[in-house]
Amino acid sequence: MPPRSRLIGLGALLLLLVISPPFLSSYLLTLLTQALIYGILAMSLDLLLGYTGLPSLGHAAYLGVGAYSVGVLTTRYGAGFWFTLAVGVLVAMVVAAVFGLVALRATGVYFLMITLALGMVIWGLAHRWVSMTQGDNGISRIPRPDLGLPWSLANPLPFYYFALGGFLLALWILWVIVQSPFGQSLVGIRESESRMRTLGYDVWLHKYIGFVIAGTIGGLAGVLWAYYNGFVSPADVELATSVEALLMVALGGRATLLGPAVGAAAIVFLKNLVSVYTHRWLLILGAVYIGTIVYAPEGIAGAVSELQSKRGGRAGRPQAKAEA
Amino acid sequence: MMVRTLWVALIGILAFLAAGPDPAWAQKGPIKIGFQGPMTGGAAAVGKDMLNGLMMGLEEMGHQIAGRKVEVIVEDNQGRPDVALTKLRKLVESDKVQVLTGGLFAHVGYALAPKVDEYKVPMLYPVMAADDLTQRQSARWVVRTGWTSSQPSHPFGEWVAKTLRYKKVVTVAMDYAFGWEVVGGFQKSFEEAGGQVVQKLWPPLGTTDFAPYLAQIRRDADAVFALMVAASSLRFPKQYQDAGLKARLPLIGGGTTFDEFVLPSLGDEAIGGISPLIYSAAIDTPANKRFVKEYRAKYGKVPSYYSETCYTAARWISEAAKAVGGNVEDKEKFLAALRKVEIPDAPRGPVKLDAYGNPIQNIYVRRVERKEGELWNTVIHTFPAVSQFWKYKPEEFLKQPVYSRDFPPCKHC
Repeated sequence: MPPRSRLIGLGALLLLLVISPPFLSSYLLTLLTQALIYGILAMSLDLLLGYTGLPSLGHAAYLGVGAYSVGVLTTRYGAGFWFTLAVGVLVAMVVAAVFGLVALRATGVYFLMITLALGMVIWGLAHRWVSMTQGDNGISRIPRPDLGLPWSLANPLPFYYFALGGFLLALWILWVIVQSPFGQSLVGIRESESRMRTLGYDVWLHKYIGFVIAGTIGGLAGVLWAYYNGFVSPADVELATSVEALLMVALGGRATLLGPAVGAAAIVFLKNLVSVYTHRWLLILGAVYIGTIVYAPEGIAGAVSELQSKRGGRAGRPQAKAEA
Repeated sequence: MMVRTLWVALIGILAFLAAGPDPAWAQKGPIKIGFQGPMTGGAAAVGKDMLNGLMMGLEEMGHQIAGRKVEVIVEDNQGRPDVALTKLRKLVESDKVQVLTGGLFAHVGYALAPKVDEYKVPMLYPVMAADDLTQRQSARWVVRTGWTSSQPSHPFGEWVAKTLRYKKVVTVAMDYAFGWEVVGGFQKSFEEAGGQVVQKLWPPLGTTDFAPYLAQIRRDADAVFALMVAASSLRFPKQYQDAGLKARLPLIGGGTTFDEFVLPSLGDEAIGGISPLIYSAAIDTPANKRFVKEYRAKYGKVPSYYSETCYTAARWISEAAKAVGGNVEDKEKFLAALRKVEIPDAPRGPVKLDAYGNPIQNIYVRRVERKEGELWNTVIHTFPAVSQFWKYKPEEFLKQPVYSRDFPPCKHC
């Protein structure tokens, strides 16, 4: 794919994300905010699933850890935003560092099962460690952050830009990582672990660092998620959330970073817009997943670039798709 | 090619705008009620009961309240708090509903309450029963027309000690807020009346195999108090019987252990179970008999308390809207009217709110019996006009912490 058309497409997408919100209804704006936050989670998972080939089924754990950090720190200690952000991300990093030691002993299906189990550990803690998490009731009344700006983040529009900031930050960090030699070696590991080992790479260490980075950025998504909802409960850490994150990556297209973000947006909008019209919306969502796997195994991003190469590399990415 | 990109971007913006907010003239249109409940997932059947009740209530009014048409917008919150919050935003910001209702689980109630206050749109809680929503964490715009979890337990605890004369009771309850509150209320009044809770077991929410817990139950107790919900209610009585416990230790419990929602799926193992609740389909009043008969004709099943409370919620909204002459757009007045509603002849009996915003209503002690081949909750005792604080002084009651796994402590374990 010609890099120039890609850049133009990216620029247009960003422009759309920056200039369109003031014209949107506040409900669509909150959905878009939700899509951005889930986008961060999906992109961070993409580093594992797409670039490194590690299918994690416990990624909601980091979202949960980040979100619970916000819940506990703000409601109990009245902590400010920057401190909360730092702690939330740090705690997610520590959890990922510990989980990585356990999970990376296995590959393939076994890795899937271990991450699933580890994710359930966090869910169990959220559910049973009542003195800290308030158990099933969850932590409510989490205030929106006060950054000392003239715009109150309690309003949907400023909070949208706040989330957009977080999204762009995560995108930039991940972009730098996957473009770096380190990111390239992750791809190498995905393609052939034994060859990379023969070439003298410390495969385990590469995977481990990738795992921790993914968890850390997942924590960032969690911090934003808690501020967005003003509430965190064990439901946020459920297996369903981890599975949804995986589906976002698969739907958007693995190893494309922006693809999973688009996948996240597609799922958030599908879920909320379709469920308005029918209670059988799960059926429609299921059909979309199956359709993707059968007709576009490389996801939305894959389908788009295929379309472009068919048209002889002509520029102009169909942007509407990204927002559908 | 830049042009093409721009075009696409513009079309994107227009597509969004087209789905934007309704124009202001919508105000004179129908009264919009936003309902959300679990319509998919494990609790979907309960959500259906709730919606049936609400719709039946509105149908009886011909979908007209105070001369205005009524429109109900139904949203599926999957029983998840995060989804519930998104649906709340949708109902308020996009649909511009004037009043909200629905919701099943306690944590959804806690999640929604602060947001409802932020939006300043009144929301009726016909089912969500978490104690603190009308006690220590009350929300101004939440109007609870249902009950608090510990409300039926308070009079029941004393009644069990004095009437059934049980001295030692073991509790087995789902390990979450609703379970703690139902058990806590029971333990408080039961022990004040001379009883002793000698063991408290807490199976996790969703447990379906109770063998490990049944094996632990102390056989020297006089009875077992069980609090089950949904799928657990379906299995517990059978396993209790199979473990040979039913013949030795009578089974009593919280209202949801034997409610009308599970009774049709239970057999002889449930017979004799005694539990308190704000409703029984067997209440012998003309209002309830008519309600049960018509609900059955319409939906082919006996109404549960979920149906009754949502049915009454429809009536509640209508009474309040009439009181403000249909002008539900004056939100402060509408809210005040909602708090003043008194319904003397609801199927469950007379209902009105206390100063803290929770209904004062009858508590029915019910025993499961078989009548004409069906299981019914026969009312064996009625406590009239019980508030959430029962005989306690509200100020003093509120000084104690909310009931939890560790409160009241188990002194006799």
